[in-house]
Amino acid sequence: MEQQVDMNKKVATKPHKKKKRITKDHLLAVSFLLPSFILILIFVYGFIGWTGWVSLSNWNTLVPDFSFAGLKNYIYLFGDYRFQADLRNTVFFTILFIGAVIVMGLLLSALIDSKIKGETFFRNVFLFPMALSFVVTGVVWQWLLNPSTGFNQFLEVFGIQPKWYTDTNILAGFEWGSIEFGLPVAIVAVVIAAVWQMTGFSLAMYLAGLRGIPEELREAARIDGASEFQIYRKVILPMLTPITVSVVIIMAHISLKIFDLIYAMTGSGANFVTDVPGVYMFETTFRGNYYANGSAIAIIMLLLVAVFIVPYLITNRRGDS
Amino acid sequence: MKKLFSLLLLALTALIFVACNSDTASDSDGGDASGDDGGDGNKTVEIFSWWTGAGEEDGLLALIDLFKEKHPDVEVDNAAISGGAGTNAKAVLATRMQGDDPPSTFQVHGGEELNAGWVAADKMQPLNDFFEEQEWMDKFPQDLIDMVSKDGNIYSVPVNIHRGNVMFYNMSVFEEHNIEIPKTFDEFFAVADKLQEAGVTPLALGDKEAWTATQIFENILLGVLGPDDYTALFNGEIPFTDEKVVEAAEIFKKTLGYVNEDHASRNWQDASQLVGDGEAAMINMGDWAKGYFSNDLNLETNKDFGYFPNPETNGEFVIITDTFGLPKGIENVEETKQFLSVLGSVEGQDVFNPLKGSIPARLDADPSKYDQYGKDTMEDFSEATLVPTLAHGSAAPEGFLTKVNQAVNIFVTQLDVDTFIDTLNNAASEL
Repeated sequence: MEQQVDMNKKVATKPHKKKKRITKDHLLAVSFLLPSFILILIFVYGFIGWTGWVSLSNWNTLVPDFSFAGLKNYIYLFGDYRFQADLRNTVFFTILFIGAVIVMGLLLSALIDSKIKGETFFRNVFLFPMALSFVVTGVVWQWLLNPSTGFNQFLEVFGIQPKWYTDTNILAGFEWGSIEFGLPVAIVAVVIAAVWQMTGFSLAMYLAGLRGIPEELREAARIDGASEFQIYRKVILPMLTPITVSVVIIMAHISLKIFDLIYAMTGSGANFVTDVPGVYMFETTFRGNYYANGSAIAIIMLLLVAVFIVPYLITNRRGDS
Repeated sequence: MKKLFSLLLLALTALIFVACNSDTASDSDGGDASGDDGGDGNKTVEIFSWWTGAGEEDGLLALIDLFKEKHPDVEVDNAAISGGAGTNAKAVLATRMQGDDPPSTFQVHGGEELNAGWVAADKMQPLNDFFEEQEWMDKFPQDLIDMVSKDGNIYSVPVNIHRGNVMFYNMSVFEEHNIEIPKTFDEFFAVADKLQEAGVTPLALGDKEAWTATQIFENILLGVLGPDDYTALFNGEIPFTDEKVVEAAEIFKKTLGYVNEDHASRNWQDASQLVGDGEAAMINMGDWAKGYFSNDLNLETNKDFGYFPNPETNGEFVIITDTFGLPKGIENVEETKQFLSVLGSVEGQDVFNPLKGSIPARLDADPSKYDQYGKDTMEDFSEATLVPTLAHGSAAPEGFLTKVNQAVNIFVTQLDVDTFIDTLNNAASEL
């Protein structure tokens, strides 16, 4: 049977085991992979290509119009007030979100790792928000941080009345394009909600990482007279680098593509202080029928994520071989 | 081995077949098993809408029941899609229309959403003969028929009317502060000052979605320009740089000084609640807010809350109308026409509208079936000058509306009249 399958007699006759032979196993594997491969080829990569093509067309009405428009839609977007605000918001959201998730995750995992009582309980408490969808988180935090309800009525007792996501101030702002570039205060409220949800993830990652560091290393460092702080700085943190990289990559692609949390929690916000490309794309495509503009936004989002993912994939490949 | 190969081949062909087929099948999406009208029974009418909310769904179901009673041999497929105030439904509809798989009939706002959208895309069949045959030409107001017509052809049947230029107010707040209903902008601002001094928010606004603010602006525009110039503005006969538009923007700016501080965190229901609770005195909202006041907040019309037309728009009626048309390329034209005939009949409109909380589009409906607000509005409807709404896509195409909403969203914070007028003027190049 196997002899029949061999496509190449030379290969078959050669005694070297390293040479590849097409066996039944191979065929079986290919036959199982092929359907999903084809489906992904068509429905993921095919449609990415299609979106790219639409983004270069004039299709900005209900009626499809595939005449070539060059970079017109991209030029329009980068001159657009709303899109500039979106880019600003994405930058600040991503930086704050990733930073906070890493710091919180590291801190909490270090605490949980210090052999406290009820470790499982705390771990589950912090992991649980991850079980919720962003839409649920958005609705909950919308009420918690609403200036006239929730948490704020408690703060009012102390005379503090933050406006959270209704705040339209831009911190440290300066003119940039047609917008004011700086930290939109309102985005902080969204960051809080997102961090609340995703900290559990980085906590779990870091906890696994900490558990992977042999106790002997710490012991050795202690014997050498290192303080606990030094042990973390010089021994543990460097060993956790691969985990930090993974966390950054995963969080970056979440935050660059964020849509549901913002859509449920704040919407675009006054003066687009909490708007993100995802929300803009949805509204301009499906409300305004600007299909080409919407596709251009989608392609820009893809490129933004690629900036993070591609270097990661390349280093991963190098590591494999 | 050969067996394995042929099996594999079979699996592949099946897959490709499914993939190709799903191109057309997925268009009819929406979770309905019998989405395609082409398939089985030829006597199915598929009704596409976004009526899934409390009152509106009841209205639609009652209408379908009435239709089944009259035409028991025709199946009805209720293809309603919820979410996003129609945005989701419109996205699905666009996909289906582009894939040449239209529903038998679909919900669309009269005006530009119909005319600049589907009629311009050459997807609709004219209904002039049908209107003549049903003797409807004098049953609907001429202004309304014009709104669903393009180049002399009628393209859809209006089923209901909502009014956009209504100011709802909390009656006990008005009584307590001894306030008369303001008829002009000056009176309105005097009232607002008085309320503000007394510690009451004069005007509630919930612009988490920008159309609520756009709605205020359109009513101010109507008040300043009057119905003729208002219509001319959207026809491109008057530029957005006109001094009257600038004046309207200034009044809009001044009005925004009297709204609740947390407006960006509220939607229209949350804002209406402020009026219901007496924290705010007034809200400018389409009259679907009446349903919210009476059904959700359990307030009594003309006792807890009252209503009056926006300042300087007395005698004018900003129309939001849902209509149903006849797309090209459908199979069950006769059955669909039967449905449209029920939809446009007095009986059909009187079954649907009291439940939906709107008024009938026909002038000869039975007022006794409606509550006091409905009766008042029906009277205004038959006498007032009808103008199309901008905020709900009747006065201008959706693309322009999206840009206006963006400009308004920026204006509410920046209050920069020059930039606002500039942006509107640039966007108007699409009109």
